[in-house]
Amino acid sequence: MIQISGLKKRFGKLEVLKGIDATAVAGRITGIVGPNAAGKTTLIKSVLGLTRPDAGEIRVNGTRVNGDESYRRYIGYMPQMARFPSNLTGLELLAMLRDLRPDVARADDDLVDALSVAPEMGKKLSDLSGGTKQKINAIAAFLFNPSLIILDEPTAGLDPRSSSILKDRILTDRGKGRTFVITSHIMSELEELADDLIFLSEGRIGFAGSIHEIKKLTCQANLERAVAELMLRSEAA
Amino acid sequence: MTAISANAGADRLGGVWNVAKPQIRNVVRSRWLVCYLAFFLIATEGLLRFNGGDPKTLLSLGNVVLFIVPLVTLVYGTVYLYNSREFIELLLAQPLKRGTLFTGLYLGLVIPLAASLVGGVTIPFIYHGVVDGQPLALVTLLTGAAALTAAFTGIAFCVALRFEDRLTGLGVGLAIWLLLALVYDGVMLFVIAASDSTMETALLAASLANPIDLVRIALLLQFDVAALMGYTGAVFNRFFSAATGGVVIAMALAAWIAIPLAGGFVAFNRRDF
Repeated sequence: MIQISGLKKRFGKLEVLKGIDATAVAGRITGIVGPNAAGKTTLIKSVLGLTRPDAGEIRVNGTRVNGDESYRRYIGYMPQMARFPSNLTGLELLAMLRDLRPDVARADDDLVDALSVAPEMGKKLSDLSGGTKQKINAIAAFLFNPSLIILDEPTAGLDPRSSSILKDRILTDRGKGRTFVITSHIMSELEELADDLIFLSEGRIGFAGSIHEIKKLTCQANLERAVAELMLRSEAA
Repeated sequence: MTAISANAGADRLGGVWNVAKPQIRNVVRSRWLVCYLAFFLIATEGLLRFNGGDPKTLLSLGNVVLFIVPLVTLVYGTVYLYNSREFIELLLAQPLKRGTLFTGLYLGLVIPLAASLVGGVTIPFIYHGVVDGQPLALVTLLTGAAALTAAFTGIAFCVALRFEDRLTGLGVGLAIWLLLALVYDGVMLFVIAASDSTMETALLAASLANPIDLVRIALLLQFDVAALMGYTGAVFNRFFSAATGGVVIAMALAAWIAIPLAGGFVAFNRRDF
């Protein structure tokens, strides 16, 4: 569960987040959408502590994000672009991440088999294709039975089969009570996965609510059209 | 209470090693590091073959090492950090303190760089069996070069973290190297030619402000050949005995390692990734 209130962040002259209040409810999948440069990645990075906000408060499972790292024990993160140390193998990479979490009893690498990357895991990461690296990136996010999983454009670069497997996994894990935050440009994907939606526009919340609500609000039957309608309205405003 | 804090300290150390170990593995397997090792093997082997184990060999070797180590460390260090940027983001999302991550990344680079340098120089000496000729001078050279590796990796990290753009960062790194390795000597020559003996304190201060020069002086103090001392070396020799000189140099080098590293850490800690 993530609670964000009054979050502000500027980079130099550019005000990226202009006061964000938002919630990602436990056990649900929250999609974050918005035009390019709306602040999606900055918002995610603030939750992870990669970016330090100028003002406002973020709570993850009740713990205030303030520079202490222990809350990240329960978070799995899949960044948008995977770039790993080129001379390590996939196995060595996963072993490294495992070593960083000594308190996790069993690493969950079911996705290695599900995404059929086992034969690639012994190869140097620089020799792997972009898609395979993205699969390893996904495996790493699910490795430690996290209660909160943050995925930044998770299916970008994945073939349809792998992308379906990953989506199935997301839905299964939500069934187990895990919380997800997903950014995506693919609206049909969010329509399939997300329960709630946060629409960001120029650093502000343009809409926050359930998928059902956004469709009702915009009088559109599918999510893509509904978000397009929201974008039009926010431009007009 | 002590037991708990000792435990936390051990955990922190374990965390640093958990970051450093895979980084070392990654660097050791890179083509660059193999070339670096091969360079020192070939240079040392060549000098030993042509000159034998006399002091001249060590002085020539010292000149090569003092030229190459800061340059390679600065370039490799900045490129390494820029290339690790996305991976650092992934690691920062793990339950890891920023200080632990920073120290792990630093050691992950310093250890393999220093090891290949020490190994590359030592192996030919052992092979030729001339270690007993000037053991203290060789140890001084290797320690000094390792200290330069530590200092310039810190400078490289500091530069790479303060300049967002990698070309700018690389340029600043090269400018620092040019200043310390080449421009400095020219300025010193000019100052000495124009000055009288009252300038000596200033010269002494100047030598402390250049880690490369410090190692050069430390090496020359081992040989006690004033003619080869260089400008600042001669002054240094007049001010200090070999022992005090050694301590002053060691302390100045320690500051050269600590200060850029602290600067890099502050930048790393404040940085938005």
